Amino acid sequence: MNWITRLIESPKTILSSKPDKSAPEGMWIKCPGCSETLYNKELSRSQMVCPRCDQHLRISAEERANTLFDKDSCEEFDGELRSIDPVEFKDLKRYKDRLKDANKKVGKQDAMRNYIGDICGQTVSASIFEFKYMGGSMGSVVGEKIVRGMERAVERKCPYLLVTSSGGARMQESLLSLMQMAKTSSAANRLNEAKLPFVCLLTDPTMGGVSASVAWLGDVIIAEPDALIGFAGPRVIQETVGEKLPEGFQRSDFLLEHGLIDDVVDRRELRDYLKVLFEHLMHRAYRPAC
Amino acid sequence: MARSYLEFERPIAEMSAKIDELSRMGSDADVDIAEEVERLSKKRDQLIEKTYGQATRGQMAQLSRHPDRPNFLDYVPLIFDDFKELHGDRAFADDAAIVGGIARFGSRSVMIVGHQKGRDTREKIRRNFGMARPEGYRKALRLFHLAERFDMPVMTFIDTAGAWPGIDAEERGQSEAIARNLMELAVLKVPVICTVIGEGGSGGALAIGVGDRLYMQQLSTYSVISPEGCAAILWRDRAFADKAAESLKPTVTDLQELGLIDGVIPEPKEGAHRNLEEAASMMSEVLDNALNEVLAIPVEKLLEQREQRLRQLGEFAEV
Repeated sequence: MNWITRLIESPKTILSSKPDKSAPEGMWIKCPGCSETLYNKELSRSQMVCPRCDQHLRISAEERANTLFDKDSCEEFDGELRSIDPVEFKDLKRYKDRLKDANKKVGKQDAMRNYIGDICGQTVSASIFEFKYMGGSMGSVVGEKIVRGMERAVERKCPYLLVTSSGGARMQESLLSLMQMAKTSSAANRLNEAKLPFVCLLTDPTMGGVSASVAWLGDVIIAEPDALIGFAGPRVIQETVGEKLPEGFQRSDFLLEHGLIDDVVDRRELRDYLKVLFEHLMHRAYRPAC
Repeated sequence: MARSYLEFERPIAEMSAKIDELSRMGSDADVDIAEEVERLSKKRDQLIEKTYGQATRGQMAQLSRHPDRPNFLDYVPLIFDDFKELHGDRAFADDAAIVGGIARFGSRSVMIVGHQKGRDTREKIRRNFGMARPEGYRKALRLFHLAERFDMPVMTFIDTAGAWPGIDAEERGQSEAIARNLMELAVLKVPVICTVIGEGGSGGALAIGVGDRLYMQQLSTYSVISPEGCAAILWRDRAFADKAAESLKPTVTDLQELGLIDGVIPEPKEGAHRNLEEAASMMSEVLDNALNEVLAIPVEKLLEQREQRLRQLGEFAEV
């Protein structure tokens, strides 16, 4: 088992401790941080952050959009993009079949959802990774959606927010997936030229080709607490250097200490944080604020 | 120099040994032996052509990191003049895994930057086998900006298994360093010509691989992940590297089909690893044409084209 599959496995959704058939699946969730069994509804109210230990559980792109945007303010875009199998990739399974399975299990939006919505009244173009879709891996569709999200921000003269959770490049698309790193990084220049804020929110996990491209190009880069973020996977590093990894290695606080990110922000305070940040970044000393 | 042969090159090695032996014996102009040598040489040429022409993708991946494959610094004196190496990222260290500096290419000064894997064990260790740390990419970026300031075209030479996966590299922002280069290269106001001369490995390769033209030497490969790494993740066993290579399609033929490269730099029939001089001269010719081509385009236009080039990368459907 490699680190990606290990990441995909948690958090575990478990059935009610009593074998009660009427209880819907996932009514109770065991916190991967403190192992406390939590009532799903209570957890939802706290935006899937464990009220006992503050562990930030992974959430879907849709849940993220719901917690991020003002009520009924968001609209989804670019849902018409579909991955194809450009190199007829086959490992233990065909890429085509993996796509079919993921479409069925997670939805047809691939590993990325694009939205326009308001955060405390400020319109924002946002791209949110869907980790459950093939580990949030970046292939041609994800790359294209990121670029379109950026272009939409330029069109609407609004900030661009990228929320990452990804194992890295989607190797099933061969070199085309590596090239998405160049494509998305290049497009970030459009936001710079238009002087529009580009904010990255790194969530658990953000690794490999996504980390080493667009995720680290924001004007402001923040991370959720205790997220695993880095270029190489911890196991690969351990195998390469043969040393014990330092405590908290590649976790949000580690990155903050090493000067690699601007701040660590609790999910429950994210909207307020972004509100103030966007106000600052959209303010112009030399011309009236838009 | 002692030559190394890959497993599937063995028949070539054996025939070469036989030819060498016969040649030594026939020093007193024995006609029969001379004929036999010629016959065997022809046979060897056919064998070489067959071996490399029909190599599997897994074998191509091995060839691209052949122990005898020339390094960036082997080519430099054969292609460029007056090379002045420039060191360091001005912040932390000089990473020897990436070498860069100013050189003359024909009549022009150019900035050249490339991975250097190292020839002998000592050099390999000093250069970390061409696997760069953040300071290596930051040195490269410093040199790209220097080139921009003096209107110097940039030529990069890619040959790396990937960026260094180490604790120190993570602590100093490996991701950030690579990402920054991708973004800055996309808008660098001088022509950028990139060439894969061996192993094009993932983000560590791409970090000096964004530009106006991308060339690959005939026996080089370029891939999002090494076949071994891919096998370890998807097959859960590195032993499936050959299968992974078949799926990853990392050869020049594959990547030409995907439309991701601008051209192939031919190699001598026996491969760059057996004939450095000829390989260098073939590379020089292609790069000279490429440079003339991009320099004929006004910079603003070139940047527009580069932007378009990057914008259209990817294959997907719209329903």
